[in-house]
Amino acid sequence: MLERGEVANSWRRERWDSLRLLTPNWQSRLPGHHYEGPDPDGYMTMGEVVEFIERFAAVARAPVRTGTNVTSVRRADDGYRVTTSGGEIHCRAVVIASGACNQPTVPRFADAVPASVTQLTPFGYRSPSELPDGGVLVVGASATGVQLAAELRRSGRPVILSVGEHVRLPRLYRGRDVLWWMDASGIWDQRHDEVDDLTRARRLPSPQLVGTPERGTLDLNALTAMGVELVGRWAAVRDGKALFSGGLRNVFSLADLKMRRLLDTFDDWAKEHGRDAEVDPPERFAPTHVPESARWQLDLASGEIRTIVWATGYRPDYGWLDVPVVDEKGRLRHEGGVVDSPGLYALGLPVLRRRKSTFIHGIEDDAGEVIDHLTRHLAGNR
Amino acid sequence: MTTIDNGVNVQALLDAREVLKGAPEAAQFTWRASSKWENGVHSTTKIQNFFGLGQEQSHKSETVFTADHPEVFAAEDNGITPIEYLLVGLASCLTAGVASVAQNRGIQLRSVESTVEGNHDIRGILGADSDVRNGFNDIKVTFTIDADASQEDIEALVAQSQKRSAVFDALTNPTNVTVEVA
Ligand SMILES: Cc1cc2nc3c(=O)[nH]c(=O)nc-3n(C[C@H](O)[C@H](O)[C@H](O)COP(=O)(O)OP(=O)(O)OC[C@H]3O[C@@H](n4cnc5c(N)ncnc54)[C@H](O)[C@@H]3O)c2cc1C
Repeated sequence: MLERGEVANSWRRERWDSLRLLTPNWQSRLPGHHYEGPDPDGYMTMGEVVEFIERFAAVARAPVRTGTNVTSVRRADDGYRVTTSGGEIHCRAVVIASGACNQPTVPRFADAVPASVTQLTPFGYRSPSELPDGGVLVVGASATGVQLAAELRRSGRPVILSVGEHVRLPRLYRGRDVLWWMDASGIWDQRHDEVDDLTRARRLPSPQLVGTPERGTLDLNALTAMGVELVGRWAAVRDGKALFSGGLRNVFSLADLKMRRLLDTFDDWAKEHGRDAEVDPPERFAPTHVPESARWQLDLASGEIRTIVWATGYRPDYGWLDVPVVDEKGRLRHEGGVVDSPGLYALGLPVLRRRKSTFIHGIEDDAGEVIDHLTRHLAGNR
Repeated sequence: MTTIDNGVNVQALLDAREVLKGAPEAAQFTWRASSKWENGVHSTTKIQNFFGLGQEQSHKSETVFTADHPEVFAAEDNGITPIEYLLVGLASCLTAGVASVAQNRGIQLRSVESTVEGNHDIRGILGADSDVRNGFNDIKVTFTIDADASQEDIEALVAQSQKRSAVFDALTNPTNVTVEVA
């Protein structure tokens, strides 16, 4: 196992200070290893996640070579030649487990933002105190964006949040963590070959959830109540002005409708499986409040906004992969983790084999199946 | 199960989607209109040909649109106001979307009606107040739909139709416009 940094590197280097997992402690499960602390319903801080993964690496005696950066993987006669900062390795199979979130994505029009405005990605952001005083425009309303908007607003700054399509979820539903419902009802176990539209499922943004001791909901209504101003999806920069989509109402409707449908699915499941008695009665949440008139432009040079935080998603980085298996959108071509080149495998990508594939607890089932294929490949090669 | 029919050939659209995924060049369309000044603020615009699927295409017949201003603008009112054509575009695009999405989701429609209102402060175009924009301040579309579906499914149809609407996108997002003199 080659790791350019340390064990749990992404959790050490690529997260902001206040971040906690949005998945509850009881759900943090790795093969043969699970949370054993006093607060199964709580959410781990980054320090706790690093400890959790380090302990797993030790217990599992994972043969990790840290500080080893992979700079190239190319095909060789009967396998792959891997070039690393610690020398060359020849191997018959490679598992790409380099992560789905190596780089923050930023729209191209970021270049047109005036230099007077500081721009940050979640990789550069640590805490509100490091930002210049003044207003902040947070772009993107998925897990990262809603969490940063809330934290920046609490620091006393005026915050505008640009909202595109998003996934709205309550933190608790009928008294249970909404992710308990995802797990128990089997939605998270839905397989890649059962999902209606796999491309769409793989592009689905992260849910508007935050892990806090209060177990509170952080949807757009919660942000509005805190005084965060909502604007539409940022579409372009023209003459130093940010132009936002006028379609805000519809992204609210889509998210409200999808949430309601998901809660219906949970209710149906509870009824069918006789679980109604152990949870609270069904509940429905107020629709997303539509601002009286959302503005659709903002003068970036006016000084109203001093900082832009791009919470516009992450992408993998395959710059080191010299095998032609990456499509024109930068995504790996694979079928359930079996990459389009014999002996090459992937793990940890969105809906790789199941809806839970990119979550900590999602790796176990995927890894089992992918490694099965890999061992058969090696056996067949002999 | 009875087969539902809203008159939309969804299969053809789904097939086209699959084909065009691998052939982005063929997906490039250019829609064209040619316009001619008549007199005053009265003009006629004709539409027949367009480009798409890699070649010149043609509507079955030419359509002629007349635009003018109403008498309250001291004009002859030979036809609707140009900005009203945007309402025509928006309503017909969203309606087509509702029918297509309903077909795809197996929902039989009985009637789909909508009203579209665009609020317009004309001090902008008159130059009476430079803080007022020229175009619509806001647009409101109200659908009345009778279909074999729950209220929630109908709302989802309308939401999905907006999500896939060309005119909704063109009106809610900025577009680069180049106007030249030949
Ligand atoms: C902001 C954020 C919050 C998240 N919150 C949660 C959560 O609450 N719960 C949850 O279950 N999941 C969460 N996730 C998803 C999380 O990324 C996954 O659960 C999990 O960490 C993925 O593990 P991984 O090993 O596949 O990828 P990573 O953790 O990204 O690990 C990949 C490793 O590969 C190394 N690497 C990459 N390229 C090279 C190279 N060329 N050479 C050598 N080494 C290389 C990296 O240094 C890294 O250590 C979150 C993700 C993000 C971005």
